[in-house]
Amino acid sequence: MAHTPQPPDADGGAGTVPGPADPGPPGPDGTRTDEQEPGRAGALGPPSWLALAFLLPALLFLGAYMLYPIGFSVYRSLWDAPGTTFVGIDNYIRMFTNPPTFVALRNNVVWVVVAPIVVTVAGLIFAVLTERIRWATAFKLVVFMPMAVSFLASGVIFRLVYEQDPERGLANAVITTVQDTVAPAGDYPDASPRDGSGVEPADGGGFRLGAEVTPGDEPAMVPLVGIAADDLPGAAEPARAPEAPAGDAVAGTVWLDFTPGGGGTEGAVDPEERGLPGVGVRLVDADGATAATTETADDGTFAFEGVAGGAYTVELDPRDFSEPYAGVTWLGPTVVTPAIIGAYLWVWAGFAMVLIAAGLSAIPRDALEAARVDGATEWQVFRRVTVPLLSPVLMVVFVTLMIYVLKIFDLVFVIAPGSVQADANVLAVEMWRVAFGANDQGLGSALAVFLLVLVVPAMVFQIRRFRRENS
Amino acid sequence: MTEHAWRLRGGVAVAAAGALLAAGCAPGDGGAPGGGDLQGVQLKVAAKWTGVEQDNFVEVLSAFEEETGATVEYEPTGEDTGAYLGPKIEAGEPPDVALLPQPGLLEEYAAQDALVPLSGDAAAALEENYTDYWSDLGSVDGEPYGILLKAAHKSIVWYRPEAFDAAGVQPPQTWDDMVGTTASTLSDAGETPFAMCGASGWTLTDWFENVYLSQAGPDKYDQLTAHEIPWTDDSVVDALETMAEVWGEGDYMAGGTDGAVQTDFPTCVTQVYGQQDAAMVYEADFVAASAAEAGATVGDTAQAFPFPAVGDAAPVVVGGDIAVAMSENEGTQELLAYLASPEAQTTWAGLGGYLSANSQVQPDAYTDEFTQQLSQTVLDAGEDVRYDMSDQVPSQFGATEGRGMWAVLQDFLRDPGDPEATAQELEDAAQEAY
Repeated sequence: MAHTPQPPDADGGAGTVPGPADPGPPGPDGTRTDEQEPGRAGALGPPSWLALAFLLPALLFLGAYMLYPIGFSVYRSLWDAPGTTFVGIDNYIRMFTNPPTFVALRNNVVWVVVAPIVVTVAGLIFAVLTERIRWATAFKLVVFMPMAVSFLASGVIFRLVYEQDPERGLANAVITTVQDTVAPAGDYPDASPRDGSGVEPADGGGFRLGAEVTPGDEPAMVPLVGIAADDLPGAAEPARAPEAPAGDAVAGTVWLDFTPGGGGTEGAVDPEERGLPGVGVRLVDADGATAATTETADDGTFAFEGVAGGAYTVELDPRDFSEPYAGVTWLGPTVVTPAIIGAYLWVWAGFAMVLIAAGLSAIPRDALEAARVDGATEWQVFRRVTVPLLSPVLMVVFVTLMIYVLKIFDLVFVIAPGSVQADANVLAVEMWRVAFGANDQGLGSALAVFLLVLVVPAMVFQIRRFRRENS
Repeated sequence: MTEHAWRLRGGVAVAAAGALLAAGCAPGDGGAPGGGDLQGVQLKVAAKWTGVEQDNFVEVLSAFEEETGATVEYEPTGEDTGAYLGPKIEAGEPPDVALLPQPGLLEEYAAQDALVPLSGDAAAALEENYTDYWSDLGSVDGEPYGILLKAAHKSIVWYRPEAFDAAGVQPPQTWDDMVGTTASTLSDAGETPFAMCGASGWTLTDWFENVYLSQAGPDKYDQLTAHEIPWTDDSVVDALETMAEVWGEGDYMAGGTDGAVQTDFPTCVTQVYGQQDAAMVYEADFVAASAAEAGATVGDTAQAFPFPAVGDAAPVVVGGDIAVAMSENEGTQELLAYLASPEAQTTWAGLGGYLSANSQVQPDAYTDEFTQQLSQTVLDAGEDVRYDMSDQVPSQFGATEGRGMWAVLQDFLRDPGDPEATAQELEDAAQEAY
């Protein structure tokens, strides 16, 4: 360049690189330069063969790795699975009559509608809020960090986060902890009645003795099983059958009717069996009203004194047997797609935030100030000034995300367990599965072409935008 | 890229070490004359094995290199052998010998003319060393293509002896015992009987195969595999009903029904041996590796019993990798003949982590008692051993995530209420795939 004297700044300082190496069409406003550039290129720029030579590596690369694969996919999609018979558009017909494709298509629609909006909104909120806090950079760094994690790794992380077992899945751990604080689980959630003992499940998860008792009867024995001996409260003592109660009393024992290591008589209190302490026992009269309540002692015995005559039912309090809340089945067939979108949000919110924050810093402060001086509330400023001024950036973020979302693969593939892969299916996963799992590269190519067709409008939109902005 | 290179380098180092070993103690009774009639020949073998499995296989290969002078290069295919080989075949550059994890692939490739039939010593070795069932399995239209090289015993139920002791139960002999006494006593003792690996569909097909093979017998098993009888057959419905005796009891499965469907393999093994949330887990001999990872000692705190008999005889279902020739290059058939020989497989058995389906490999070739027992059950079952059904049927039906058997059985695990409807769904899926 040094030996080629530059002409006086004919562009008026626009700073554009002289055009010979730029094969793109001239801008729409280029009427003036249009006339100048061919002349300039001929006189001052390198000859066009040289330009071509410099472009050649890029063109070859694009051709070999972009155009040829696209062309070949289209061609391959017209052949059958082994690639030996020409089938025309048969693969495309099969694709659209195949139920898994519909599920994939439906999920893709959900993804494209929901994910970009959610991520853009989250990015906007983060960007606007971080403008006002002190440790904005630190916060941005943290939010942006997931972008540095590979999708596969993010998928693995969220596979664990969404694990059903609250001891391993973070999401359910949080939910169940809150739930347990509000409504704690019972001491004996796994308990079930010993078969053939006359104990039956009652409404609400408790148990009741099938046979009615009257004061002065033999003790009411309530054998339960299904509780691991290790899970008994430390206070539990060897179970004991109470002595025959007095004429106005009802007594009995609630105990774990399982001798560790097996053996023992079913339905009888054996030496190594322990009582269940702290179980609420209710005496219900013939009208269904509660006559008395008590709790079992450490050896599992309970007694009601001074009971009026008549027939009663012995019931155990459901609260002692309530199961702990198991949390949400995140990876079940119904919520798996929203759950994966949640993981996507975690990854991409930082990207949206950074772009939007950059746009935000470019907004003229005086517009905001003017609005505030005119008495607009912060919400009004945000709604009427900030967002409209930001809309070009929001659009870029939104459309970029849309393109990425259409080809979503890794998160779905990694997060959804095998049993719900069919419910979480998206087009890219379906394409991979058909092409390399079922080894039908014809149908797989057809799916790939379909995916390409879906992405094209968003790409065209994006390219147009860039052009308009650069002009 | 670098990892790959390292791995290869590691493989070469092990091969070299193996060559030294083999040179030191070669029995010298091989049929091929020493000095190498395949000097300078280069062969490529592709299989999915990595780590110790790969090292052992490379060691077995090195004895062949020693004997013949050929160089054998091992290529790991990754988990999905089909996805690895497909493009290679398409590009016309397949490895000389490939280990296919499914006979379904064998048929597929044979139909595409991507395989070379066994001939000469290789065909003779298959004929001599294997029962007719295995010869048939590796054949397409009467033409022999494949040799079952490395078997996986899929009729084992793993259990935690500690849990069995706490409940005072013994390993059951029959299915009824297992579901009746064993499971219900464990449940009474507060131990969840089973961990299920429902998210990994293949484990569910393995359940079905064992129950079906034992209940309906080997003949029906073959007919169903070939889709000569429909899946709506009464025998299928019966098998599903039998399975529902476990699958229908949410209390019998760790995490209940929801948990069972969501748990994948090997997490279910961890539930038994790591978290101690369940007492038994059904899967193949390779559970041993996962159990050890979960902190159990195989043979001590992790033990196994044969899948109990549902019908007259206990089932023996075997899976495994089938060696095929994919090129006509010199040495390919010789290599296959060597791999099919009792000598090679006895060497391999001594290295561990290996089970042979070869009738000439004696149980005492194995170093540990557990594998000896497995080998004995395979030999005892003789012609009644069956290969994993889901791997024999078209892969779209038997081995694809979210499709066919996997998906239908997962739905059945979710709700085992209607075996007839499930049988119908299986039939519909099969219709589409065959």
